[in-house]
Amino acid sequence: MVAAESAETLVKAIQDPSWFLRYAWLIAFLPALAAVLNLFIGKRTPGKGSIYGITALAAALVMSLGVLWTFVGGERGFYEASIPWFQIGQLHMEVGVYVDGLTAVMLVVVTSISLCVHIYSLGYMKGDVRYTWFYVVISLFTSAMLVVVLANNLFQLLVGWEVMGVCSYLLIGHWWEDHVNSSSAIKAFITTRIGDVPFMFGIFTLIFITGFTTSNIPKISEIVSGGGASVGLVSAAALLLFGGTIGKSAQFPLHVWLPDAMAGPTPVSALIHAATMVAAGVYLVGRLFIIFLDADPVVLQIVAIVAGITMLGAALMAFTQDDIKRVLAYSTISQLAYMVAGMSMGPAGRTGAFFHLFTHAFFKALLFLGSGAVIHAVHSNNMSEMGGLRKRLPITFWTFLIGSLALSGVPPLAGFWSKDELLVVAEHEGHPILFVVLLVTALLTAFYMTRAVLMTFFGDYRGHGEPHEAPRSMTGVLVALASVTVVAGLVGSPQLGAVFGKWVYFQELEEALFVPWVALLSTLAAAGGILIGYSLYRDYKARDPLTSLGGAYTLVSNKFYLDDIYWKGIIRPVRDNLSAAVYWTNQNILDAAVNGAAAFAKALGQGVRWFDDTVIDGIVNGLANIAGFTGGLLRYIQSGNVQRYAAFLFTGVVVLAIIFTRI
Amino acid sequence: MIRLPLVLFLSATLFATGVYGVLARRNAVLVLMSIELMLNAVNLNLVAFSQYLKDITGQVFALFVITVAAAEVGIGLAIVILIYRNRETINVDEVNLLKW
Repeated sequence: MVAAESAETLVKAIQDPSWFLRYAWLIAFLPALAAVLNLFIGKRTPGKGSIYGITALAAALVMSLGVLWTFVGGERGFYEASIPWFQIGQLHMEVGVYVDGLTAVMLVVVTSISLCVHIYSLGYMKGDVRYTWFYVVISLFTSAMLVVVLANNLFQLLVGWEVMGVCSYLLIGHWWEDHVNSSSAIKAFITTRIGDVPFMFGIFTLIFITGFTTSNIPKISEIVSGGGASVGLVSAAALLLFGGTIGKSAQFPLHVWLPDAMAGPTPVSALIHAATMVAAGVYLVGRLFIIFLDADPVVLQIVAIVAGITMLGAALMAFTQDDIKRVLAYSTISQLAYMVAGMSMGPAGRTGAFFHLFTHAFFKALLFLGSGAVIHAVHSNNMSEMGGLRKRLPITFWTFLIGSLALSGVPPLAGFWSKDELLVVAEHEGHPILFVVLLVTALLTAFYMTRAVLMTFFGDYRGHGEPHEAPRSMTGVLVALASVTVVAGLVGSPQLGAVFGKWVYFQELEEALFVPWVALLSTLAAAGGILIGYSLYRDYKARDPLTSLGGAYTLVSNKFYLDDIYWKGIIRPVRDNLSAAVYWTNQNILDAAVNGAAAFAKALGQGVRWFDDTVIDGIVNGLANIAGFTGGLLRYIQSGNVQRYAAFLFTGVVVLAIIFTRI
Repeated sequence: MIRLPLVLFLSATLFATGVYGVLARRNAVLVLMSIELMLNAVNLNLVAFSQYLKDITGQVFALFVITVAAAEVGIGLAIVILIYRNRETINVDEVNLLKW
């Protein structure tokens, strides 16, 4: 805690906000505008519409940097603005932005990675059948993610959250002609949806806490921190919200969708399934951190346990993968668990987790885009068909190597600083078990990344054809991201003042510590993992050395049989029995009711029709018939015979004469 | 001096003859003549009452009736001639187009 800045100045509305803050909503609006423009006129634009997304993202990145600059310049606090959306009874809904240091960092991460991916896709998606559509969806996705990041209320956050889910679904299934891809898309959508249901109920719980008046995040935080809700209610809300995190950030036991999501195009994996959307779950916990802090301590313990299981399990599963993207996917799950574990360790851990999110976004996007360049060259995802690409794809190799070293935690690259900060917090705040788990995961991470690098870039080429370096739009992005990866960690380095902690903090500034023995230990873990990996895969030819582990290898390569358990234990019973029962109910009870109602309506209609035809029409026709009949009788008077008329006339006169003389 | 009832009797007889002619005759010219008969029966009545009541009004009125009767006969005969030109008959039984 830095004494100079008290809690009052750290959490307050910014006086006289800068231009960038007041127009922060444009950052989310521009990509959405690009998506709409692209959708309607993209195909008729030169370059098939990629220009809209790239321009919008470039502008959004500039604005995000402007927003971040405000906080770099020493501004503390937050900026909030909103307009009313609608009102139901007491419940006021709004659309608005909430910008603080955390938001600023997230904005820069999302817009910069998205811009990189937009540019990279120029080369990667060239000639794709749905090229324009691809750009529409990634622009829309970026906008949705920015809405989540900027949201000042939970409903707006939920809207962005769900739009992200839809875009993820669309992009995983981008090449839906292949059945595997569309199945993966459905799996990803439904699995995250399972997490979204508790998430939604968590939001309802929080709105319930406010007495159904608002879903505004600062107001909810105020009520909760002011003791306006019982611990039980807050704990329930925290657990339900964490369900959303488990789904979106692919934590155990809902992590199964992320590896299959690799069926989508590689730029999508880099943007959505490594850097941004999956990090939204972590962001959610951080944004609503007060809920987790004020909940029963058991909640954070559950969070820690889930994170621990996920990071170890996912790191182990990365060992046995042959598909390079799946290795990276499991790595992502494991690293997200790192962030979630950071969240479970309190305010200091929260800052560390966001720092890891920040650095991880860059080097994991770099790794995915690098793997995309490799896949682009060899036309296969399988590392067993790669090898020896070091000489043929030099730029890809060097940038991928930098990314791998950063992920492994080799100093002074980005990953080292963020991992180290989490380890220091674990040691400092007294989480010995988590500390060990984090350290072991660091070792495993270094091992599987070494394995991936060796299998891909070293040895002899085992694939077909003549691989060649990717076009400049792709390698340029790789070089840019690699440069960021080298320097990004320095913003959180304790030796340089740990400025990251001055942007992202929770209620009070945390002092970033540098503990030499922890740093040494984490470096040793990284070096150990790399050495073991090197010794095992140095002369990899065709057979994976890990297969000699026998039963353990089978267990891990079958993903701990989790997919099978879900398939046999949940999906098949639901599909075969529950859905059959529902079908029967539908056919025999619901349809019967519907048909009964229809039959009743039909009978009633026929009755009404009979009444109409017989009675109403009968009266009308009867009157007409009477008029016609009497007219028929009377018309014989009109004979045309003048003398008969005269006879009537005289008769009339006589009759009148008689009548009047009588009177 | 002829007594009033005798004149009235004559007048009534003339009128009845006219009514009969109008109702029973087929020939349009004869029907017109019967109408003349009825008009003149009325004239006779007017003059007779004028004489009886010593009031000149009845005689003046009779002169008006004679004038109207002349006009009526002129128009009536013109219609008859036109009917004859069109239908080659002046039988009123056959001139019955204006009917149901």
